Amino acid sequence: MVSTKQIVKEETIIKLENISKTFLVEDGEARVIDKIDMEIRENEFLVLFGAGQCGKTTLLKMLAGLENKTEGKILLGGKEMKGFDPGIGMVYQTTALFPWLSVMGNVEFGPKARGVSKKERQKQAQYYIDLVGLKGFEKHFPSMLSGGMCQRVGIARAYCNDPKIILMDEPFGHLDAQTRYMMEEEVEKIWDREKRTIVFVTNNIEEALYLADRIIILTECPAKVLKEYTIDLPRPRDLVSPEFLSLREEISSLVDLREGADNE
Amino acid sequence: MTKTLFSKDSRETWFYGIMGLLVFLLVWQAACIFTDFGRIFPTPGVSLSAFFHAFIEPIGRYTLLGHISISLRRVLIGYTLSSISGIIIGLLMGYSKLAHAIIYPIFSIIRPIPGIAWIPLAILWIGIGEPTIHFIIFMGGFSQMVMNTMDGAQHIDMELVGVAKVLGAKESQIFRKIVLPSSIPYIFTGLQTSLSTSWMAVLAAEMITAREGAGWLIIAGMQTGKIENNVIGMISIGAVGLVLATLLRNSERRLCRWSVRSR
Repeated sequence: MVSTKQIVKEETIIKLENISKTFLVEDGEARVIDKIDMEIRENEFLVLFGAGQCGKTTLLKMLAGLENKTEGKILLGGKEMKGFDPGIGMVYQTTALFPWLSVMGNVEFGPKARGVSKKERQKQAQYYIDLVGLKGFEKHFPSMLSGGMCQRVGIARAYCNDPKIILMDEPFGHLDAQTRYMMEEEVEKIWDREKRTIVFVTNNIEEALYLADRIIILTECPAKVLKEYTIDLPRPRDLVSPEFLSLREEISSLVDLREGADNE
Repeated sequence: MTKTLFSKDSRETWFYGIMGLLVFLLVWQAACIFTDFGRIFPTPGVSLSAFFHAFIEPIGRYTLLGHISISLRRVLIGYTLSSISGIIIGLLMGYSKLAHAIIYPIFSIIRPIPGIAWIPLAILWIGIGEPTIHFIIFMGGFSQMVMNTMDGAQHIDMELVGVAKVLGAKESQIFRKIVLPSSIPYIFTGLQTSLSTSWMAVLAAEMITAREGAGWLIIAGMQTGKIENNVIGMISIGAVGLVLATLLRNSERRLCRWSVRSR
């Protein structure tokens, strides 16, 4: 019935059909996600962009298996997803490292839990530790690292588990501007080297435009798909090129307008 | 600690510490010479010489080292048993709602009863002897161990449980990989407090039911009018307690290097 093959650029690996989420609150129900349909394509860098805190993270958590959906279906490679899937990894807003494990211990956690031999998993972990630029910090504990370094560990940990899709939930929201720029470049470089699908949530329009192949703009509470942009500016992107700036202008005013409409 | 032992700051600390001790001994000596205190209490000199004599000449059946090692052995047996069972029951109650529902009501009645309140019952049940003393020590440390461990197992960051599951950890791995390590700082807090109450419990138990040990020394010193034996007992109790707490703190530092609290 539903064809998972698409002619567009790459194959679709995740398909969201009619996804809704309602939370029970004190005075009834709050709908945070409202009938979202979405396709996520193999090896693309997809950014979910929207103002406010509502819906986007919940959507990612559903993909990760951390949150139940109220309605709808998520198809991964054509099969309906139930719970956690080894094909999906996640990088968290709060970094969420295991504080009692060293950098190495954190990065090798996934393979270790799945029973990969020590030699094999440490080799793999070392590769990703080097890749995110933390060589020499293998034995450090998270409490000894800066915010940016912690987030690098989080990224290495997600990649080391070898998922097809990596979800990133506002991973740089807590970093200072300078570190943030650096990390954005880093993530783009890693994505370029280690082709995976990335689904990246942000409320920062520059970050979205710098990283995305495709931006899906979501409305605020409940989250609905407002508009979709395919960004084909050459990489690495020039943050002050006229095309970049005009897209930025366009998307900002779109979101501002929406907010204005909501406030009325 | 060893790294900073001879730095300027720590030399000053040592200097003031030793000065404080000297002043204390001087006041003690002066009190013995110039007031009536001296009639009922030995001078520091007499106490110290009695202290060193006690290593060679037995008081009662054993020398001082004998008494101390007897008390230490009792504490270690009771304390080890109460720690192991306290950790197991604490983890169970903290992690499993069912275990909590079953155990907690009974436990919360037993919890406020101090270990030494069990002495009469223990003698009645088990009689006078080593097992009674072990039991009293056990009861002295047990509830603190349970409470602290339970606290740790209840305060698990649920986000980290989710992270572990997303990374492929199975439900059966969560306990060992998340619950246990995140409880360790709490467990150490329990181990510290329960060690000092165990040490207190052994003294109380020995005062009542034993004919040897550091607790017996104190009581025997009073009963035979040899107050210096009492003082010897107290000094050694203080010293042993300090050594035990230091050992424990060092192992906590090693095991909880990751925790900000332990640094």
